[in-house]
Amino acid sequence: AMEGGPGARIREGDCAVLKRDEVFKAVSVLRRRKIIFEKQCFYLDNAIGHIYGTTFEVTSGGNLQPKKEVEETTTETKEAGTDNRNIVDDGKSQKLTHDDIKALKDKGIKGQEIVQQLIENSTTFRDKTEFAQDKYIKKKKKKYEAVITIVKPSTRILSTMYYAREPGKINHLRYDTLAQMLTLGNIHAGNKMIVVETCAGLVLGAVMERMGGYGSIIQMYPGGGPVRAATSCFGFPKPFFDNLHEFPLSKVQSLLSGTFTTETLPSDPEENALVEEESNGLSEEKQTSLQETEEEPVTEAPMEINPTEEQDTMDINAEDVEFKENKEKENNVREKQIKQWERRRKLKEAAALLREKNADGLIVASKFHPTPLLLSLLEFVAPSRPFVVYCQYKEPLLECYTKLRERGGVINLKLSETWLRNYQVLPDRSHPKLTMSGGGGYLLSGITVILEKGKPDSSNSEALKMEEPSSKRCRLQDLPC
Amino acid sequence: MSFVEYGDTIKDGDTAIVFLGHESMFPVKVQHGTVTQTKYGVIRHSTDLIGKKYGSKVTCSKGGWVFILHPTPELWTMNLPHRTQILYSTDISIITMMLELKPGSIVCESGTGSGSLSHALIRTVAPSGHLYTVEFHQQRAEKAREEFREHGVEHLVTVTNQDVCKNGFGVSNIADAVFLDIPSPWEAIGHAKSALKAEGGRICSFSPCIEQVQRTCLAMEEYGFTEINTLEILLRVYNVRTISLQIPDLGKAAEDNSSTGFDSSSPSHQGSPCANLQQGTVQFKSGVPLREVVGHTGYLTFATKS
Repeated sequence: AMEGGPGARIREGDCAVLKRDEVFKAVSVLRRRKIIFEKQCFYLDNAIGHIYGTTFEVTSGGNLQPKKEVEETTTETKEAGTDNRNIVDDGKSQKLTHDDIKALKDKGIKGQEIVQQLIENSTTFRDKTEFAQDKYIKKKKKKYEAVITIVKPSTRILSTMYYAREPGKINHLRYDTLAQMLTLGNIHAGNKMIVVETCAGLVLGAVMERMGGYGSIIQMYPGGGPVRAATSCFGFPKPFFDNLHEFPLSKVQSLLSGTFTTETLPSDPEENALVEEESNGLSEEKQTSLQETEEEPVTEAPMEINPTEEQDTMDINAEDVEFKENKEKENNVREKQIKQWERRRKLKEAAALLREKNADGLIVASKFHPTPLLLSLLEFVAPSRPFVVYCQYKEPLLECYTKLRERGGVINLKLSETWLRNYQVLPDRSHPKLTMSGGGGYLLSGITVILEKGKPDSSNSEALKMEEPSSKRCRLQDLPC
Repeated sequence: MSFVEYGDTIKDGDTAIVFLGHESMFPVKVQHGTVTQTKYGVIRHSTDLIGKKYGSKVTCSKGGWVFILHPTPELWTMNLPHRTQILYSTDISIITMMLELKPGSIVCESGTGSGSLSHALIRTVAPSGHLYTVEFHQQRAEKAREEFREHGVEHLVTVTNQDVCKNGFGVSNIADAVFLDIPSPWEAIGHAKSALKAEGGRICSFSPCIEQVQRTCLAMEEYGFTEINTLEILLRVYNVRTISLQIPDLGKAAEDNSSTGFDSSSPSHQGSPCANLQQGTVQFKSGVPLREVVGHTGYLTFATKS
């Protein structure tokens, strides 16, 4: 099982998540490495050894210091107004100037004290209502109190983080939609799962977390190799990867038709795969440079492939280097060969697993059209097993639904979407939060059954009709108004 | 078969789901010599079920057929005998994720109710985790125990018959997560805190009314919980339909055939609008929301003990 639930300690080399209010950022814990988060610069050195969930204050030198329990400063004998009829916005209520505040900050005065000073120098504070005072303090605290919490990564945290920071990388899969997928797919320990995703490895990570290292996963990838940038943020222990297999989508047809061999590997995609993984690895630059490309998300960012710098280092020096270089080359070639063998072996393993056609489920969350994926990959799934397809758009799933009905071998098809609403709950001030997410994608789910080829499922006309509302043409006048 | 492990063939003693058609299904306990009545006729367990593969089509005595499905917590939720109001899979999904449950997690739950959530929790924490579930209604507690036994998961769950508000969960400093679905959750927050591991964990409370949520949030704050967050999740299901809309007769066809606004010569592949000007209709596929949907189940309040 997985080590380190709550209460585990932060260790060097860990994957951790920084949290400030509702903002998250995934980092690897390294010594003397500058982190920039929410406009603050600091080092994680002092956090090492503390328990996950600890809240730290950022000192002026950029070090972290565990925050002491604050005795809520219950402002002595609270004075407050009842309404704002006499509060005028003259822009002069704050007696401290910008320069004054900057000077306080430069002196290294604690955020808490700056907030206190701001309150004392606000002429209108005492006339504000109690609620308005509360809101004022909260706002200032957020700005001046530099605190961050270091938490252990989990699907909850990483899926929330990705949806907020780089929704384009995960096809706008909202975290509650991901939660539905895991439940509808009956993901649990011991499963043999097929996963197709172009969500930076987030969906894969979520499936791995739920399987806890028990069972096996075959990830079907497009292009040169699977992208697992988000997967690496989970910090899974090594054994979790023992039963994680991968298989190229471009070989699915040959596997199904029986012409698949590992000899006809796509021309050494290995290097691309490695480079992709590295360039997408857990790196802060990535996390901060996350700009969502609203337009054309489909053709978006085909994985930056770093040009290898070998060329430059080649012609550094004269002949004495040549011998060494040749030897290195030889080693490289051998290393390459070993890697290739290893890759072939793993590919054969994955192919063998797929050929058994007894997978316990199929999860699809990609930028591709779902129909061809489903029609082919369902062949590998055992009967009476759930499958779930995510798509950012509803229309492709409408088509997929129709094609699956034509194919047969699936029942209980359901096209759905979830809505998520967050609430502010405070005494006498409870209401839904002002903004909510407009869309988190759609799901098509169902259950496989034994597909009897050549025999159309038409004997049970009544059940068929009930199963297929789509076959009944719905006239305008039948529609609910 | 068990609810935490797939099996290929139907065996004596299994709980199987008989699927009759669109969302119409029911569970059966498979037993040698038993028969089950359906609207398509009789299913004889010894010959029609036992030894067959899950996912098979089974022909009933009147010639109609049904599918026999492997049980899952989700199918169970749709078919279980209600002893109380239950939680459905939409809420269960977000609860499971937000409580950060996974194999090995220790969870406390109250009340057990009809065991809808319990089955999902057990599925997720198996094979190395455990569920401690508390139900103050004696009959319900016993019924739940019986079901867990029948479903092959009794080693993963402990059912305690007591009042969680007075007596707590019967365990302390052991849980990674606590879930509350009781009328007055604020009275159980203290017990929840002591059930959770000393190092911390997650809590969730489900309440239909906002007044319950307010009292619960205050109690959570009082007991030092952080990251208090209330949310609501709603499911929207769409029927996939082919719709035809009539083209209004504006008297244009007589004047100019090409100015109707619909290019009937464009390639019309599946799913895209298809104009049939002769009949005066346009056809397209649509996801139509159901006429009536669940508008509210309950508020879910999550928090962290750290």
